Amino acid sequence: MKTDDLVALLAADTVPAPRRAASRRIAIALLVGLPLAALIMHVEYGVRRDLVQAMFWPMFWVKLLVPGAIAVAGFVALQRLARPGVRLRLGWLGLLLPVLLLWALAVVSYVLAPESQRPGMVWGQTWRTCAMNIGIISVPIFAAAMVALKSLAPTQPALAGACAGALAGAAAAAVYALHCPELAAPFLAIWYVIGMALPAIAGALLGPRLLRW
Amino acid sequence: MQGNDAEVLLRTLFLRGLDGDAAAYHQFLQKLSAHLRAFLGKRLFGWPDEVEDLVQECLLAMHNQRHTYQPDQPLTAWVQAIARYKMIDLLRSKSVREALHDPLEDDLAVFAESDTDASDAKRDLAGLLETLPDRQRLPIVHVKLQGLSVAETAAVTGMSESAVKVGIHRGLKTLAARIRSNAP
Repeated sequence: MKTDDLVALLAADTVPAPRRAASRRIAIALLVGLPLAALIMHVEYGVRRDLVQAMFWPMFWVKLLVPGAIAVAGFVALQRLARPGVRLRLGWLGLLLPVLLLWALAVVSYVLAPESQRPGMVWGQTWRTCAMNIGIISVPIFAAAMVALKSLAPTQPALAGACAGALAGAAAAAVYALHCPELAAPFLAIWYVIGMALPAIAGALLGPRLLRW
Repeated sequence: MQGNDAEVLLRTLFLRGLDGDAAAYHQFLQKLSAHLRAFLGKRLFGWPDEVEDLVQECLLAMHNQRHTYQPDQPLTAWVQAIARYKMIDLLRSKSVREALHDPLEDDLAVFAESDTDASDAKRDLAGLLETLPDRQRLPIVHVKLQGLSVAETAAVTGMSESAVKVGIHRGLKTLAARIRSNAP
């Protein structure tokens, strides 16, 4: 087929192109994925019984807001990575900054705590399951985000996949915080961060395979 | 500066096209294909036979992904990122990625030159078209290759007008997917 014929053929496709498709489709992916993630958390693990009381503890909010901030930054970065020729610029800082703040908080609280309490702050009661639980809860959000990305045009598929994973992991961590009994910053700084990193690594590995267009 | 003038003109035509102006969109694609031909031809000088195929693949990709362009961005950057992505894809499949020493950072490069002298494409797009399902193939064949209007095509095929439009739209996406799966 001659290129001029192809051009005429493409011009004959008059179905209007949706506007702001990247942000919209990723937002829809979150609207689909988040309730499923919450359902997994509720059915598999259950909301903590003292949730109302926990709302008066600052650490509960740290546990909710740090992943929440990462998820927001992940959303902003992902809708950029989904569009060709849009640079990430300092977008990755938004993903990193909350983690750095959490790590700083963890170091301070660890150093200030009496020595006898320190191991408990690191291991808590649930270190064996925490990261994996966050990973499991992130699956529906991650899958929905990858489907959305697939309909967009990421030119750096590994990076876009990793960002989709980080977004899913962070949103899942915020959901998991409604169950999780741990309240020590060092615990969050290690196990929550590993939990969020798991889907990000999966995304970096799967991106080049799944996101070709 | 020639690249800059082209940016302004192409962007105007493209945005009018996105608003539903089919004539402007047609003109945009014609100019775009000439720019892509010059841009890719320069960089694929070792494989002149591949240039026209890649021009077509880029055009199809840009058309199918046009919803990822937002007016807050220079069109040059968007076009160049897609052309570069498709070119690297091709070179990777030839496992000669190291040949791509040109960093392609010059933002005005893609619209700086244009080449309207199309050589023949190697890939058999018309043949790939035959492999599409009927509800996509028939609208494309009638509207484009036989020059019927959407309404006439609807009458001939017994499809509704919106089904004809959707058939063309989806057919072009399927075509891009077929090119991908046929790649070496």
